[in-house]
Amino acid sequence: MIRFLFDRDTWQEVWDSLGKNKLRSVLTMVGVWWGILLLIGLLGSAKGIENAFNRLFGDFATNSVFIWGQSTSKPFKGFQEGKIVRLSLSDAKRIEENIEGVDFVVPRNQNQGFASRKMFSGNFSIAGDYPMLDFVQKKNLLKGRFINQNDINENKKTAVISENVYMQLFDKDENAIGQYIQVNGINFTVIGVFEESNINMGPSSDMHIPFSTFQQIFKQGDKIGWMMITGKPEYDIKQIEADAKLLLKNLNKIHPEDKRAFGSVNLGDAFSKITGFLKGMQFLTWFVGIATLIAGVFAIGGILLITVKERTKEIGVRRALGATPYEVKRQIVVEAVFLTIIAGLMGIISGGWILIVIDSQFGQGEEATFVNASVSISIVFIPLIILVVLGTLIGLIPAFKATSIKPIEALREE
Amino acid sequence: MLKISDLHKSYPIGDSSLHVLKGINLSVESGEMVAIMGSSGSGKSTLLNIIGILDEADSGVYILDGVEIKNLTEKKAAVYRNKFLGFIFQSFNLINYKNAIENVALPLYYQGLKRKERQKKALFHLGKVGLADWADHLPSELSGGQKQRVAIARALAANPKLLLADEPTGALDTQTSYEIMAFLQQLNDEGKTLLIVTHEEDIAAMCKRVVRLRDGVILEDKNVEQVRASQYV
Repeated sequence: MIRFLFDRDTWQEVWDSLGKNKLRSVLTMVGVWWGILLLIGLLGSAKGIENAFNRLFGDFATNSVFIWGQSTSKPFKGFQEGKIVRLSLSDAKRIEENIEGVDFVVPRNQNQGFASRKMFSGNFSIAGDYPMLDFVQKKNLLKGRFINQNDINENKKTAVISENVYMQLFDKDENAIGQYIQVNGINFTVIGVFEESNINMGPSSDMHIPFSTFQQIFKQGDKIGWMMITGKPEYDIKQIEADAKLLLKNLNKIHPEDKRAFGSVNLGDAFSKITGFLKGMQFLTWFVGIATLIAGVFAIGGILLITVKERTKEIGVRRALGATPYEVKRQIVVEAVFLTIIAGLMGIISGGWILIVIDSQFGQGEEATFVNASVSISIVFIPLIILVVLGTLIGLIPAFKATSIKPIEALREE
Repeated sequence: MLKISDLHKSYPIGDSSLHVLKGINLSVESGEMVAIMGSSGSGKSTLLNIIGILDEADSGVYILDGVEIKNLTEKKAAVYRNKFLGFIFQSFNLINYKNAIENVALPLYYQGLKRKERQKKALFHLGKVGLADWADHLPSELSGGQKQRVAIARALAANPKLLLADEPTGALDTQTSYEIMAFLQQLNDEGKTLLIVTHEEDIAAMCKRVVRLRDGVILEDKNVEQVRASQYV
């Protein structure tokens, strides 16, 4: 059999019989070609979306939740319904100490402020932050650095400003680092400029200043706006959220069943929904692709079956000339496999072209929908192997049909 | 060369069966040129198919070149057909997408010969039928007579012991028929054994022996004075 596959005559025979009717051969291959093209195109696109998504969320600790206080919906322990709930630094500390699986808790505050420099001014949202924010929501710094522990300890008047603030308060190409800006009448040194992210957890901030400094300026005491809780990777963030809320209710004398007292956004939950969606899309892609492939291979089988009927006489002649049934079957199976492989390879190539087009049209730039839309070679081999196996199996049907006709019937003069 | 005794064959038709051959006894020696004659339905084609190992008899003995042909597997039948027999058909049965030389080389392919050798032998046999110059032509580019000559070259290619021709001139005009017959006579002169099924008297007269069948039995089996076809060409 191996010798047969490397025999030039084998391929001469295949080539002759397929080349005899080019249109038929091409039409036969369309199904498989289309199936592979779909599979490669869809898989590549799904990968591109996944990549784009990972790039978008790459800056975030996705296993996190953020919680803020609202107002109570139930009276409890002498307090009326509608009590305003505000979280405090001690709440954050207690959560970090008592809730299992918490990696860290980052308290945050935010307020509106008026900033000015020379002739320029504007209203901006100003956030009081700890250095830890950089862990859960990575700041893409264009220049300088983020707030550090020293800034906090010494209540330094330092500010990390967004690119947008920079553009409003500074001249083009002016170096902002070390320059002073006035925030609510107080001088701050600019220590960094960050690039605004497409996605924000919670309200976006134009300017970050040390948390301790924020407390002083806005007279917040130890009250905080909200906190970001990050869970260790092996812990379920939904459980952490529930535990944290229960603890907070306990600490703040709120009814355990009160659903309104705290608001929260669970990023881990949202993230797992989206990754689940991506997984589903990938599954769908495989499903559709493989199903189309199977349909394509069946089309090849069907057309070869018709072809065998057309070729009844030829097969009869070959058998009268001494072709054994095995030789006839082998010939037809090889034709089927050859057609499927050629169609498959063409599908892979044109699928690749489609991915190139997708990449050049939608895959460029920061906000691309498809990032590096591609399929790895090893993935490509899977449908190819499926094709060879299916092609062989499906080729057996017309092959057996061909030899089930006795040569005498095949040769009968009409 | 071949020996047939008490050969029976019937085909099922619906619930009943049609008894086509009712005890045929026939022996053909090497070098003979035998015409099998009969009207349609006489069983002559069935007889030829059995001799050609394309069909199997229900009962009786068939010995071809000392080998009893009985209960053969398809594979063995294919090998015997390839080794012992050369077929010539009424409608030529050339493979239409293969050119003349490839058609002639086909039985050699199934013999497992190397490509070069096949080409050489095929060209030699094409030369014998006078079509060496037409080797690269497809059957569609050849006339009826030329097609039949390619078919004869193909039947000769494997150097078979027995040539079986089923109405070899049935699709040809008289002039071409005689040309083909002249060629077959020449092959016989060179020692080939030929069995020709025909219903035309003039074709039968060009053989050396005529076997007449009617309703599945041999009516007459006699040697005849061979009419040379070359005189008409």
